[in-house]
Amino acid sequence: MGNVIGIGAAPKRKEDQRFLTGRGNYVSDIKRPGMAAGVFVRSPHGHAILRDIDKSAALGAPGIVAVLTGDDVAADGLGSLPCGWGITDAKGVPMKEPPFPMLAQGKVRFVGDMVAFVVAETVEQANSAAELLAIDYEVLPSVVGVLDAVHPGAPQLFDDVPNNVCCDWELGDKGAVETAFRKAAHVAKLSLVNNRLIGNPMEPRAAIAEYEPGTDRYTLWSTSQFPHVVRFLMGALVLKIPQHKLRVVAPDVGGGFGVKQFHYGEEAVITWAARRVMRPIKWVASRSEGYVSDRHGRDHVTEAELALDETGKFLAFRVKTLANMGGYLSTFGPNIPTNLYGPLLSGVYTMPAIYCNVKVVFTNTVPVDAYRGAGRPEATFVLERIVDVAAAEMGIDRVEIRRRNMIPKEAYPYQTPVLVQYDSGDPMGCLDGALVAADVKNFGARKAASQRKGKFRGLGYSTYVEACGLAPSRFAGRLGARGGLYESATVRVHPTGQVTVMIGTHNHGQGHETTFAQIVSDKLGVPFENVDIVFGDTDRVQFGMGTYGSRSLVVGGAALSKAADKVIVKGKKIAAHLLEAAEVDIQFEAGKFSVAGTDRTKTFEEIAGAAYVPHDYPLEVLEPGLEEQAYYDPVNFTYPGGCHIAEVEVDPETGTVTLVNYTAVDDVGTVINPMIVEGQLHGGIVQGVGQALYENAVYDDGSGQLLSGSLMDYCMPRADHLPMMKVATHSTLCTHTPMGVKGCGEVGTIGSPAAVINAVVDALSHLGVTHVDMPATPNRIWRLLQNASLPVAAE
Amino acid sequence: MKPFAYHQPDQIPDAAKLLTSIEDSKLVAGGMTLIPTLKQRLANPAALIDLSKLPGLKGISDGAAITIGAMTPHAEVAASKLVQAKIPALAALASMIGDPAVRSRGTIGGSVANNDPAADYPAGVLGLGATIVTSAREILADKFFLGLFETALQSGEIITAIRFPLPLKAGYAKFKAPASRYALVGVFVAKFADGVRVAVTGAGPGVFRVPPMEQALSQNFDPSAIAAIKIDTDGLTSDIHAEADYRAHLVTVMAKRAVDAALG
Amino acid sequence: MQISFTLNGRPTTVEVEPATLVAELLREQLNLTGTHIGCDTSQCGACVVHLNGLPVKSCTLLAPALDGATLLTIEGLQGAPGSNRLHPMQEAFRENHGLQCGFCTPGMVMTAVALAKDKPSLTEAEVRHGLEGNICRCTGYQNIVLSVISGAAAMHAAAKGE
Repeated sequence: MGNVIGIGAAPKRKEDQRFLTGRGNYVSDIKRPGMAAGVFVRSPHGHAILRDIDKSAALGAPGIVAVLTGDDVAADGLGSLPCGWGITDAKGVPMKEPPFPMLAQGKVRFVGDMVAFVVAETVEQANSAAELLAIDYEVLPSVVGVLDAVHPGAPQLFDDVPNNVCCDWELGDKGAVETAFRKAAHVAKLSLVNNRLIGNPMEPRAAIAEYEPGTDRYTLWSTSQFPHVVRFLMGALVLKIPQHKLRVVAPDVGGGFGVKQFHYGEEAVITWAARRVMRPIKWVASRSEGYVSDRHGRDHVTEAELALDETGKFLAFRVKTLANMGGYLSTFGPNIPTNLYGPLLSGVYTMPAIYCNVKVVFTNTVPVDAYRGAGRPEATFVLERIVDVAAAEMGIDRVEIRRRNMIPKEAYPYQTPVLVQYDSGDPMGCLDGALVAADVKNFGARKAASQRKGKFRGLGYSTYVEACGLAPSRFAGRLGARGGLYESATVRVHPTGQVTVMIGTHNHGQGHETTFAQIVSDKLGVPFENVDIVFGDTDRVQFGMGTYGSRSLVVGGAALSKAADKVIVKGKKIAAHLLEAAEVDIQFEAGKFSVAGTDRTKTFEEIAGAAYVPHDYPLEVLEPGLEEQAYYDPVNFTYPGGCHIAEVEVDPETGTVTLVNYTAVDDVGTVINPMIVEGQLHGGIVQGVGQALYENAVYDDGSGQLLSGSLMDYCMPRADHLPMMKVATHSTLCTHTPMGVKGCGEVGTIGSPAAVINAVVDALSHLGVTHVDMPATPNRIWRLLQNASLPVAAE
Repeated sequence: MKPFAYHQPDQIPDAAKLLTSIEDSKLVAGGMTLIPTLKQRLANPAALIDLSKLPGLKGISDGAAITIGAMTPHAEVAASKLVQAKIPALAALASMIGDPAVRSRGTIGGSVANNDPAADYPAGVLGLGATIVTSAREILADKFFLGLFETALQSGEIITAIRFPLPLKAGYAKFKAPASRYALVGVFVAKFADGVRVAVTGAGPGVFRVPPMEQALSQNFDPSAIAAIKIDTDGLTSDIHAEADYRAHLVTVMAKRAVDAALG
Repeated sequence: MQISFTLNGRPTTVEVEPATLVAELLREQLNLTGTHIGCDTSQCGACVVHLNGLPVKSCTLLAPALDGATLLTIEGLQGAPGSNRLHPMQEAFRENHGLQCGFCTPGMVMTAVALAKDKPSLTEAEVRHGLEGNICRCTGYQNIVLSVISGAAAMHAAAKGE
């Protein structure tokens, strides 16, 4: 008999045994009888007219099964890959939404755009056949950067999208901002680039599709963060497969970070192809293939202005951003740099007026969509950088200027001028905690010690908030979401009292099998080991929107909590019947149903057993069985946040930046499993550090070639890049989620880039450096120091 | 990978004969460069000739010089008590190549024969003025490295060992390209009774020496002696990680650090 | 060609094309899918196995190299009989939450076991350097480093106890 392990405990993870012993079940591990191999042929050009594809030689290749192209897609009358959000400009004009064919038709718009799918007996044969395709391209000039793309005369991706602008979006009160700027004692200005990133989950994307003619059913195994959404988008909108004839399975998935939360053309093509060839087909991307096809993240060019009064109080914030969408609109694409960006620009500060204008721009690059944090790291970076710029220009201490503008704990709930209302928070408490944990008071001594070694040391702060727990459907619907963003859970109590949970979120590293089991163990008083969590299979799980936007615990956990409550209600009915008492007199506590004021009790197991042996049930008022389902749609976002402090050392001789200390004090609401939360914070922080110091997706202008196209050139953070981080929580409870949780998946990535860059600028500020773009690579820092043309450290 | 024939000769002359007789055949030692190339279908040789069964190519021997068999993996050189005692800079260089798994398989002969412009060993071999011993002859390092992936090896010629003279002092300093872990710039400095040698890898299309630094260090073996010596940016590599002027700057910095390392 | 080798303690003979990577052989022919393929440039380390006791990247190793050799994969790593059969290093990863999505984990564990082989007490710096060929995107490495340090100690304590 195991133990109840509840909220706040840190049991070791249920999922670890299979992963540690090599017995995980990832898509690429799956084999189906008679399975063929598929490879995608991708455009080597950033921009070209696709004149003709001659399949004849490839169709004669050994082992060939099929060669499919955009013409075949068109002939079968299939749909375009849908975009899940429709945004509008200030006048209410909808965004430009050109079709995104699953295999290119007429034109290719980025290196990696899919032009054909080749199926053969083996991968080797498919690759060899693919080399025999004669593809006639008329190469056009490419445009890869947003500044160039909106320039008159730039290459045009779509005939009906002038200047490549998908949407000229805005938010906030432009007039109020202008008025405030006129009254300002000081205006701080900052131009910056938010670098383009490639998500790089360690498991490359993969898919297997199978069609069963006997039942007319399709099964797609996919490395997806949201199988039900794929079933809907692909089945209902692209391939026109009835939902009950399509099963989508996302088994163990090796990391997502957003990259796997889109419906990809590969999924649609392979599912369609499996029916055409009447065989299961498997496709597994290589890492390099992922670089030119996994949706990229970030890629903004921004100009920001902050108006302050003479005491350093913020009066207004104006932000103009050009956001790169890549060659087509991906599933969430236009939502990320708009709805997930503008509403975060108030940060943790009282900011009377905000105006944000975002031009969403097409370029000849991989489509850009959500990557961990998605819009919110970009907003935090702009705000936390310009706060430092303003502090330096006005001669106010960076901590002090933050304190002067922070929303006090008592002021929550706090309505910002940009749609969102923060329900709870204590940014000052996080800041105070972090200042102590980071030993800021002894920073001067550490800086002096660095100086003696010829190194420059800097400290950087980021006090931030994010909106997560995506999302209240009503709110999202107003902003252009074309679907709901609720979550569902089923709690199935077996006759013996063990519990199986079916939940619509997807576990790909977050530890849901453990955290959700703790919630059930806590609520129902059943042993932790008696609870299993099922996810990732549309045939087993009722419905769900998947995992992204720090939503699984916030929204999914809430659905689970609600379903568990329903089980208790039903259990009380059964107990009332068995104990011959009134339902209102039944209490449930610590796994026991009892009649108030008596010693008459029934254990949870007894109630579960009785639920399935209804020999003397009053069937007219009580159904057999003990299984309940709940859907939960949040009433608001949640607003985790905190204070991050980075400490860096710069070697002026080489330009190398070393992160030497990192401290984070975060408010994530109720913590269910502190071990898992800490792990999420570590990983999130390092992804932000990666953006700040190492990662950069670089395209060649003109040709549209991705220059950082493999792990040889795209620098991922490694163990020897990093120090031991100090992370702690300083939580206020969310006022509207059932357990007070706020979510923790993205906080690290949102808070850290600004902290690191602020530290780098601080280290170099004595040389007149006021801003450093990301990533702060040795080459970039060295060049900055050359241009600073000030004395370098004594040698 | 496209299919290929696989040969595992057990005598060096047989290997050499296979190499000349099979058109489009390639030698494979540790395979650390060749196999990724095959995987990406960038090379499609008709046959691979595996050197692992050849006798006498593995191991490190002592003498007036240290001789390292061509098939000796980096990890063995890095861990060798003999190398650590006689040329610690060479052991240190070997310990900086790739990562532990690469060092288990990658070999000195393979690295030298491949002559990747960012590989570490060419800097050590040229910096120490080593001799490349092949199935046919002996080649001085100064005559061996001919530029981007080019060496003096003739068709059918197989490296069997590298012979390193013992320096009075030596040091290697590497500035790693953060993603690939190859040398963005690596500098090997070796002091002999008759002078100093300075060899640079990573900065250009192939390993090269820096005579002005050699002369300065021969006069005064101290980092300060070369602090002001800048190398010409002409012919240096520019890429997304570093432009030529930055690489040129790093050559001076790494050279100073190599001297520091040599001085212990 | 036919090759014979010892795989996780068992003599194994297979027929392979020479142009077969060991990672492919394990995953496709031998159904040992614990060894993962995370990249195509030999950078990520998800495929690390032990060849004759040394860590190697099985995605950069041709099957013929196995002939006559001893190969250990994540599936062959295990603890003392009677325990939960986790190797002390695997147990340390579990205890220290040294894994999240699990994809890099087999390679990470195999690298860690090799690193700890002769070293009961590893410093943080040694571990970070020793993991330079293994990429993890989930954990930020902190708990992996702690796992390897404690796993190394546990491996040597277990070896002494026997």
